[in-house]
Amino acid sequence: MKQTATTKTSYHIPVGPIHPALKEPVYFEFEIDGERIIDVNVKLGHIHRGVEWASRKRNPIQVLYLAERICGICSYCHPAAFSLAVEAAADIQVPERAEYLRVIQGELERICSHILWAGVAAHEIGFDTVLYFTWQIREKALDLTEYLTGNRITKGIMTIGGIRRDITKDMLPRIKRDLQFFKDNFEKLRHIFLDDKTIKMRSQGAGILTKKDALKLCAVGPTTRASGVKKDVRVDTSYFAYGDLDIDYITPDVLTGNINGDVYDRIIQRLLEVKQSIDLVEQCIDEMPAGEIVSEPKIPKLMNQLKKVNGEGVGRHEAPRGEVIHYVKFNGQTENPYTWKVRAPTYNNILPWIPMLKGEQIADIPIVAASTDPCMSCTNRVAIVNNNSKYELTKEQLHKMSVEKTRRFMK
Amino acid sequence: MRFSMLPSVFVQMFKKPWTNKFPAKYAPSNTTQFLADVGEGKAEIVPPIQTPKGFRGKIKYDKEKCTGCQLCIKYCPCEAIEFKPKEKKIKIFLARCCFCSQCNDVCPTNCLTMGDEFLLADADPYSKDLIVE
Ligand code: SF4
Ligand code: SF4
Repeated sequence: MKQTATTKTSYHIPVGPIHPALKEPVYFEFEIDGERIIDVNVKLGHIHRGVEWASRKRNPIQVLYLAERICGICSYCHPAAFSLAVEAAADIQVPERAEYLRVIQGELERICSHILWAGVAAHEIGFDTVLYFTWQIREKALDLTEYLTGNRITKGIMTIGGIRRDITKDMLPRIKRDLQFFKDNFEKLRHIFLDDKTIKMRSQGAGILTKKDALKLCAVGPTTRASGVKKDVRVDTSYFAYGDLDIDYITPDVLTGNINGDVYDRIIQRLLEVKQSIDLVEQCIDEMPAGEIVSEPKIPKLMNQLKKVNGEGVGRHEAPRGEVIHYVKFNGQTENPYTWKVRAPTYNNILPWIPMLKGEQIADIPIVAASTDPCMSCTNRVAIVNNNSKYELTKEQLHKMSVEKTRRFMK
Repeated sequence: MRFSMLPSVFVQMFKKPWTNKFPAKYAPSNTTQFLADVGEGKAEIVPPIQTPKGFRGKIKYDKEKCTGCQLCIKYCPCEAIEFKPKEKKIKIFLARCCFCSQCNDVCPTNCLTMGDEFLLADADPYSKDLIVE
């Protein structure tokens, strides 16, 4: 028919940067044919905050609190990676007890984060009863965090060369009680997520990320492990006390026997990690040696030491969403960092959205997008501005600029 | 089970809610008026839950012990502390403070401690309640 020949078969739908369905600013361009997504493009950089620049006017102790504010949910991971970087640059030895305490805090944060995510995922598929159920567990986890650190979210527990608060003997019964609570409810949660028809219907076979794509696009954290890639900083580099603990890579086939890399696998992955975290905290409590919790309690003395450092350090930590990397450089003149570079895990987990979303239906966008547990505000590190308006550079333009710079040097 | 949340939902209907109904059982239509009534003893407030030990609330400052060394000012991440050169004492603006308790850690004379007061919301950042000196 003549009419169908002129009808456009696919439509272009922009979503974002500010959109009721998105919690943080990110811009999607979908190419849609009926209900099916044919192509998708993601654009970032709407929420650059200049955090790294702000660090140049602050001393490392102040940067710890700045790092904490990169992400609300990973408010322990960023200062942890920053401390690791500074310790690597300045060659600071952390006392053994502090290493165990750091693991406890890190794993507690993972429990909070994964359970929060489980609730958000349930909410995205319209299963709000589970949202409230999971957040009830999370509330307990936050209460425990408050008990251990004094704050619920921005914990302020990390310091360079150790940790700021000890866990004393009288705190143990409360911790053990809460861990038992997590374990009991974990069984319930596992039952809901793994046996409930509603969740299975929506998540099995949706948003598949193959192992090949996960490797090619350098996905990190639970997103890549759910596709069967064995990648976990805690096992690969054994920082903190992870080397002494019984820890191994977790992939969803531990439970189901095979790996599909779909949303369902990512749900299983995170639940298994919650269980692993509970286990790690228990191990730490049992094996923790006595001793100091910080290498240099006098901060002015520590700063004098850092003032003399001329060098760089890299800190890597397995955050709930994957590997976070901090790079720090000191120039030996001031104690303030000369350079500080942050790579948040979501940065790597953005490109995997494209293979995941292609071929899916519009209604699957929220759950597939949420299944990588994205955190936009942590990711944005660059915004290129000219005459007060934003512009982008393509690969070719960047290449041209690079060639031009070489020519300028050769003149 | 096909719909595993159903039993929990039914149980929930008859359980006492987890949430502490602070400041009143039903949200007052005018919070300012409600608080004024509480002040006059006309209404009753539902108290907030107890803060745990080691909670980081409003800072307490023991002025006598302070030597004016300014270390807390140097390490405060929020620039919330001001030095009063005449008296050689400090002034903390809680509207800027992030309650990290770093100043407590660096103070050589231990004159700063974290209290457990946390109801600090105020329309005026320079109100008397938000300045510790
Ligand atoms: S608690 Fe932290 S932010 Fe507040 S005054 Fe002390 S150092 Fe500054
Ligand atoms: S660090 Fe302590 S003694 Fe020094 S100025 Fe601050 S409050 Fe006073």
